Amino acid sequence: MAIHFFYVALVAIGWVSIYSSTFTESDVSLFDFSTLHGKQLFFIGASFVSIIIILALEANFYERFSSVFYIISLVLLLGLFVFGKTIAGATSWYDLGFFNLQPSELAKTATALALAKYLSDIQTDIKRGKDQLYAFLIVLIPAILIIPQPDPGSALVFFALVFVIFREGLPIYYLGIVLLAILVFVTTLMYGTVWVSIGLVLLLVLFLFLKKKTFKVGILPIVSVAIITVLFSLSVNFVFNNVFEQRHRDRFSLWLRLEKDPDKLEKIRKTIGYNTYQSEKAIESGGFFGKGFLEGTRTKGDFVPEQHSDYIFTTIGEEWGFLGTTTVVLLFTFLLLRLVYLAERQKTDFARMFGYGVISILLIHYFINIGMVIGILPTIGIPLPYFSYGGSSMLGFTALLFIFLRLDSNRLKEGF
Amino acid sequence: MKKILLSSIIIIIGITFIGRLSYLQIFSFSPDQVLEDPAIKAIYDYPERGYIYDRDGELLVGNQPAYDVMVIPREVKPLDTLEFCGLLGLEKDRFVEILRKARIYSPRLPSVLVHQLSKEDYARLQEKMRHYEGFYIQKRSLRYYDTNSAANVLGYIREVNERDLAKNPYYVQGELTGGTGVEKVYEDILRGRKGVQYIQKDRFNRDIGPFKDGTWDTLPEQGIEINITIDKALQEYGERLMHGKWGGVVAIEPSSGEILSMISGPTYDPSLLVGRKRSANYSKLHYDSISKPTFDRSISFEKSPGSPFKAINALIALQEGAITPSTTFTCYHGFYIGRNKKGCHCGGGTRRLNDGIYKSCNAYFVGTYKKIFEQFPSNSEAMDAWEKHVRSFGLGGYLGSDLHTGRPGSVPSTDLYNKWYGIGDKRWSATTTYSNAIGQGEVNVTPLQLANMTAAIANRGHFFTPHILKKIDGKEISIPDFVEPKQTTIDKRHFEPVVQGMADVYRKGTAQYIQIPDIEIAGKTGTVENFIKIDSVKTQLTDNSVFVAFAPVDNPKIAIAVYIQNGYYGARYAGHIASLMIEKYLKGEITRKDLEKRMLERTLESEYAKPYSGQPFKINEYDWSQHAKKPETVDTALDTVER
Repeated sequence: MAIHFFYVALVAIGWVSIYSSTFTESDVSLFDFSTLHGKQLFFIGASFVSIIIILALEANFYERFSSVFYIISLVLLLGLFVFGKTIAGATSWYDLGFFNLQPSELAKTATALALAKYLSDIQTDIKRGKDQLYAFLIVLIPAILIIPQPDPGSALVFFALVFVIFREGLPIYYLGIVLLAILVFVTTLMYGTVWVSIGLVLLLVLFLFLKKKTFKVGILPIVSVAIITVLFSLSVNFVFNNVFEQRHRDRFSLWLRLEKDPDKLEKIRKTIGYNTYQSEKAIESGGFFGKGFLEGTRTKGDFVPEQHSDYIFTTIGEEWGFLGTTTVVLLFTFLLLRLVYLAERQKTDFARMFGYGVISILLIHYFINIGMVIGILPTIGIPLPYFSYGGSSMLGFTALLFIFLRLDSNRLKEGF
Repeated sequence: MKKILLSSIIIIIGITFIGRLSYLQIFSFSPDQVLEDPAIKAIYDYPERGYIYDRDGELLVGNQPAYDVMVIPREVKPLDTLEFCGLLGLEKDRFVEILRKARIYSPRLPSVLVHQLSKEDYARLQEKMRHYEGFYIQKRSLRYYDTNSAANVLGYIREVNERDLAKNPYYVQGELTGGTGVEKVYEDILRGRKGVQYIQKDRFNRDIGPFKDGTWDTLPEQGIEINITIDKALQEYGERLMHGKWGGVVAIEPSSGEILSMISGPTYDPSLLVGRKRSANYSKLHYDSISKPTFDRSISFEKSPGSPFKAINALIALQEGAITPSTTFTCYHGFYIGRNKKGCHCGGGTRRLNDGIYKSCNAYFVGTYKKIFEQFPSNSEAMDAWEKHVRSFGLGGYLGSDLHTGRPGSVPSTDLYNKWYGIGDKRWSATTTYSNAIGQGEVNVTPLQLANMTAAIANRGHFFTPHILKKIDGKEISIPDFVEPKQTTIDKRHFEPVVQGMADVYRKGTAQYIQIPDIEIAGKTGTVENFIKIDSVKTQLTDNSVFVAFAPVDNPKIAIAVYIQNGYYGARYAGHIASLMIEKYLKGEITRKDLEKRMLERTLESEYAKPYSGQPFKINEYDWSQHAKKPETVDTALDTVER
């Protein structure tokens, strides 16, 4: 039941924040569907209805029909190229009259189901290269369809599902290589190739000194890793300066605080850094106790763009202060830890793998969204689960969570 | 390992987030953000500044409305530009240019289109204003001067600068504050307190309603009116007399220390520093480095006092028992310092205290000065005692008045002479420092100090700290420092013979030709040598004309000091002005029209032009009939400022 509590708490706090960030003095009714918070209230109601339906269905319904859900969502994503509605430059919605459906939100759940289904298949062996490729393809196809909308943020989310593949046996050094690549990329931008190379040599020397005598490692692999790393580091500079566009460069220099010139910094602050600057300032101005419900001056003044959707967390930061933000972070942390615990106790491979899929998707949303809002990650526009305004994401995240809970409730029966 | 990996990542992310949030919300947070918050705009409601009246309740400074035409560029609809420019008295190109700049500043915020329209223009424009969308008229309050005098006393209003902002958190960029004079000293009283209204803004800077329902808003508090001790009529009359003359005049009411007038020449019309031409005028006045109209000579001009200082030496000598009124000294049309003969204009002969004063005999006072020193075992003790007496008259230090600026003057001390001549009784003596006896040495005073010294003599031994504030909001002030008398170190009984000597200055002495009928005046002339450097050559200029006086001799109502640069002998310019101002103050009208005519007509511009002419020039010309009636040689700022 802990999960249900976390869910309701997050949804409630989320709606209050949306109410506050879209509130104007002229509002009269909570249930006015012309307002965003009124609409969101409707979506929350719809989500509750969907919970009842999800829990009422047979548990094995989800496993059996996972491929169908997956194919439907791929079709819906493809259909966007023809029937899609463009909002704010992204063709990500179907116009259903009373509300806009965003299929990429639903595709997350479907892909998690499909991936779990494929990996749990008795014939799949994740140690095999071909099966690894298929598993990656399940994740990649929806992502590739989403990128040209364009919605790179949502596409990124699908890569989180790779974590499920790791959990099921993909060698850990894949992850090691990716982490090393990110590390070299970031450090090269911050300190330059020369320092990265020096650091690398020092690390290798340290490694050779400290390694156990019994641990044999040839000199060739070490040298080749070093050379590849240095080459990669050199290519980073080339890619950054020649392949990236200026706006990408600006985002990175903002994120990594590469720009030191105060005049240029001020310019970045007013252009691409505006969102980050304003959201940080809004959170900062909340202080420990916050300014109080409906008292957030920056929220009222609409200083933070997209505050009811991607930047909803700033409302909490400004109006409820450190107490509020910490509460939300703790709620997410406990929810995710609880989900890890539930996933690990599953008797069936499918349920466990789907559980990991749920965790991966929620975690990456939570990590990237709050990380972006508080200024430790670059700007990537994805919603905060259960918080951000939006019917599709509300329904999608609800379905994600409660399908897993439905599987979990079936765990004892499946065991025999 | 893979099992705990995910849990560890979740916990690490949680800790990172809380760490970053505590940095943002606890360590970077500063609570006083209301005024820095970009979402809150403070709109100030400025109260009218308090009026300034003279001692009798005559208005000196009031307020006048001024009208700025404002524009909000994005609300401007197509309009008949030619007609509108005609109404505003603006050229079309200029109009387009201002509008363009306003748009660059902000399309949504108001900018000033035309500053400070006159009442007439406003009346004409007001009717038609509604035809022009995006334009409106904003009323502002400016200072209005009901006199063209007393600029140095009243001071001016200016915009606050960085220093004001740092010193007083009350002010916000662009606000006004008193820059000098009474406006500065009594800024807090006159200013009142601005009201503030906090407005919630959105990110386009548009108002979206009151902040916290207006609970933080305050109403403005009116500025409070004050009366200053200046006598408007006397001040205005004095400034007319000072036309074309450089120097300072200060008149004090001895029984209270109230400053009746405080004149600095040359001066300017205070209205020049109000309105559209303010900054142009200010620059012209400020950068006039020759006549320095913004330099207040009445309180900041330090010069040798000359002969009026002899009265102080006489008093010290009487107090120390060095002389009695009947002690005699012989004047040989001068006196000897060692083998050098120094001149004296008194006519020579045997001098007592009385005729020593009224004939201003240098020999008498040098003798007296030496006698003072003879009363003490050592020169340094004599010097210490002498210095203490002199300082008790308020000389050589700030008086503690409520004027915004001023200079302390200087009085020499044992330390000074020890430094100059060396320590020891043989190194220096009364003979070395004899110039002090006749007010030409190391003593420097300002006209204010001179007037205060005269007031102390008029009061026979005490003075009240000179001050400018008389009433606040109609109630007499009772600042202890201003109402308690300051005693000099001289006993009251010693004053009478000196006062008699000064009265005789008018009856039969150096000022006998500037007597005023029916008024008993005690005065003392001074003719002070002065030097400047021209191309690094020390050059003597025409003597400064100095005069101190008080009247009536018994129960004095006014004590006055007049210091005129290069006016030659004391009775010439300074004496005339002092006598006329005393008559004006005591009688309200002038009987000595001959003196008045002379002073109103004659100027010293030709004297002031001499050092700048580049030609050799004569000084101390006896004939003063050619003193120009209309200046042609010196082009001062006052002739070129625009109204």
